[in-house]
Parts: sequence; C-alpha cells; structure tokens
Amino acid sequence: MHNPWVKITHWIGTISFLFLVYTGVEILMVHPRLYWGDVGNDLTPALFELPISRNYHHHGWTTSQPFFETSQSPVSAGRTYDIFNENGWGRSLHFLNAWVLVAVGLIYLLTGLYTRHFRRNLLPTRNEMSFRGLARDMAGHFRHGMAFVKGPEYGLLQKLSYCLVLFFLVPVIVLTGLTMSPAVAASHPWLLTIFFGAQSARTIHFFCAVLLVLFLIVHVVMVLRSRLTKTPTIGKTQLP
Amino acid sequence: MKKKHIITRRTALITGVTALASYWLYRTVKSPQVPTYGNILRSGDNFTYEAQRALLSKRALVKEYSRSDISSFPATGTLDPGDEKNKSFSKDYALTHRNQFSDWKLSVEGRVARPGLYSLATLQSMPARTQITRHTCEEGWTAVGEWTGVPLSQLLLHAGIFPSARFVNFYAYDDYQDSIDMIDAFHPQTILAYGMNGKPLPIQHGAPLRLRVETQIGYKSMKYLRRLVVTDNYVDPGDSGWAWYTGI
Repeated sequence: MHNPWVKITHWIGTISFLFLVYTGVEILMVHPRLYWGDVGNDLTPALFELPISRNYHHHGWTTSQPFFETSQSPVSAGRTYDIFNENGWGRSLHFLNAWVLVAVGLIYLLTGLYTRHFRRNLLPTRNEMSFRGLARDMAGHFRHGMAFVKGPEYGLLQKLSYCLVLFFLVPVIVLTGLTMSPAVAASHPWLLTIFFGAQSARTIHFFCAVLLVLFLIVHVVMVLRSRLTKTPTIGKTQLP
Repeated sequence: MKKKHIITRRTALITGVTALASYWLYRTVKSPQVPTYGNILRSGDNFTYEAQRALLSKRALVKEYSRSDISSFPATGTLDPGDEKNKSFSKDYALTHRNQFSDWKLSVEGRVARPGLYSLATLQSMPARTQITRHTCEEGWTAVGEWTGVPLSQLLLHAGIFPSARFVNFYAYDDYQDSIDMIDAFHPQTILAYGMNGKPLPIQHGAPLRLRVETQIGYKSMKYLRRLVVTDNYVDPGDSGWAWYTGI
C-alpha cells in the first residue's frame, strides 16, 4: 500500500495536470505555430504549424512594410482578422494550476525524500541496473503481457520510466515554462541559454507535455490492470 | 523506545520551513492587493505578482540583442486610431496625425510636483535609451525590435514624483487604460519609445509614443499614449478579463 501523502499528492497533482493540459491546448490554439530560437511569429517561418483553431494558416495581414532598405530586411504587417483568443482566462487558469502543482510537487518531493520513497522504491539499485536486466524486463513485457504485484515493488523498466518523468520531464517542463516568463528570464538569463531561446523553450515545453500525457495514459492503464492481477513483476522472481 | 520529548533535527526543520512559508503567505495576503473581483483567477494573478516580486531581482535587465537579431514584427490590436472605420476611432488622433504630431503633447498628471504637457521635441531632447529587446506576446509569439525613447524614470523624476506615489496610469488614444507599479516604472528598460529600428515609431506600432515594459508580456506596452497619471492608489478600470500583472 502507498503512503497517504503519495496518494493525496497524486490525486491533486493529476487534477491540476489535467487543467494544465486543457488550458495549455487553449493557449496553443491561439498561436498554433512552434519555432526554434528566440524569435517566432506569423511573419517568420515556423518549425511546424498545428491545424487547431481558426488561427491555423491565417493570412489576414496588411501588406508587409520592410524596416530597412536591404533586400532581406525584416518586415512589419498589421493583423486584420479576428483572432481566436481565450487567453484572458486560459493563461490565468494555467498559472493557477501550475501553482497548485508546485505546492503538491514540493510536498511529494519532501515526503518522498523524508520517507525514502525515492531511494527505496524508485531508484534502481546497483544490482538490478544492467543491460541484461533491462533486456530481460523488456522482453518480458512483450512476451508475457504484463504482470504485477500490488504496492511499491517495481520492475526495472517501471523504475526507469518513473525516474525519467520525475527527474527529467517534470523539471524540464517547469523550467521551460519559467523561461517564457519575461520577468523570470530577466532575473535568470541562463534559462534562455540552456533552452536555446524563448521559442525553443516553448517548443520543448510542448513536447514534454505530449510525453507526460502519454505517460499518464500508460500509467493509469497499468495501475488499473495491476488491480486485476496479483502475479509478480517481471524481472523480479518474487512469488505471490 | 521512542524519544518523544526530544526535538529532532527533522521536526525542527519541518517546523521552521512551515513557519517561514506561513509567514510569507500571511504577508502576501495582508499586503495591499489589486482587485480580484471575487475571482479565483485574479487571486492567482496576484499570487504570481507577489511571488515574482519576492523571489526575483527587481533591477535585473532583460536580454538585449544585436542589430542583426532584429526580426519581423507583427502589429496587432489597434493599427490606426485615426482611421474612421476603426471601432476605437479618435478624432483627436486623426487631427494630430494630420499635423505629423507637431502639436501632440503627453499630459503628465497626478501625484507630481510639476504636472505638465510634454511635446515630442521636449521628450526627444531628454537623455535617451536605445535597446534591442524581445517582445513576448501573450498569444505565444515573439519578435525582436530596437526601441529608442526616454526612460520613464527620467520623466517621473523630471515631473517631481511624490514619495507616496505607487502606480503610473496610462491612457491611450484608442481608449485603452492600464497601469504599472513603481518597480516596473523605475526599471531601467521601461521607456517611452518614439523610435523603432532607427526610425520614428510607425503608426501600426503606436506612433507617436508608446510604452515599453520589457519585464512584462507585450500587452502592457501600451501604444498611442496621450496621458500619464501618477497615483498613490490603484485605479480600478474594472475587470478586463485579463491579468493586470503579466511578468509571466
């Protein structure tokens, strides 16, 4: 059985994460173009554009006026169409839920360290960390379908994916989110350096969100399936 | 055997951290706040405001770029308040535009010792700042441009701002109204810009004078300025549906 703190923070965290995804999609719909570097707007090329909202591939712009007399001069143009934009509430709701997630995230992190949940259950031990163990665990997942034990007695793949989410995806999505804030980037300009610019941070933020949604789906499916079976995890030869 | 009576390092740490966090929360809730209109979203915005003011440097400069980084720059919102087809048409703007802004004046009012009218020539004669910065729109796009203008702090000191003043309110020809606090008003990169990319500010981008608040999202950098009012208290323009503080 899990520690009640793990359970409570998981539930509140999941709800605020779902709100973050919902508002994140709304924010992306307002400008469904993603870029690399520091600069990106309707007058510069995008990495790719997502076909969501009426703002997709919109060409309602006045004739471009060059800023300089050179042939490759950057230009200015005025927007003439009625843009889809629900960011007034979308952004505020996004940040409100980010605060909730920061709060429960800190509680989870502190109790995780305090109760040694991370070291005991999540970090792979030196003995189990081997390519052979990994290969066996992977093969097992494909060959036997999946089998589980109840409670924190995790397989190697499971541990690795939890660690990837907790110690890589979550920190990166938080930091790339903060990189997009003008006030935070002023105080911490290194954020713009490590993420290659404000628009790169936005693009990385998007891909982290996609991966976290995929993780959430798999995680929920696995948890539900683990409730239906009591057979041991693959990779560990522990019997029920 | 449990040693119940001993204060362990763990309990001391937990109590300490909780006490500090509670004290900060208490101070945040007690300090004067901009209105939330009974709205949980606006309370969240205020919390972000307090957190950023508490945790971030108030003087740190935003990244400045080189001339070769200047990018294409969309113009959004009002594109010309002097256009009669425009919802926010301003006859005054149309007239001063016709005179190439030679009769345009910025009115500086409120809690200042020397309220007055500043012509474009007067503002241009004051010490100027040129900065190449990134404009971050709430929509998600960014653009780099070079801005030339008077630091707002220069103008406020010139007008003799009273020590009790806490907000600077801005009024535009297209009927926009907004305000910033003194920390952003006195930020070295907060300027009243009359030039863009080495030329006079284009109409689309807010001619003859616009605000640049580089530490906040783009919509705080109001275009087509006509009036500036210094106040001791927050002037409530009503809930626009948008966050007042947008450092994030």
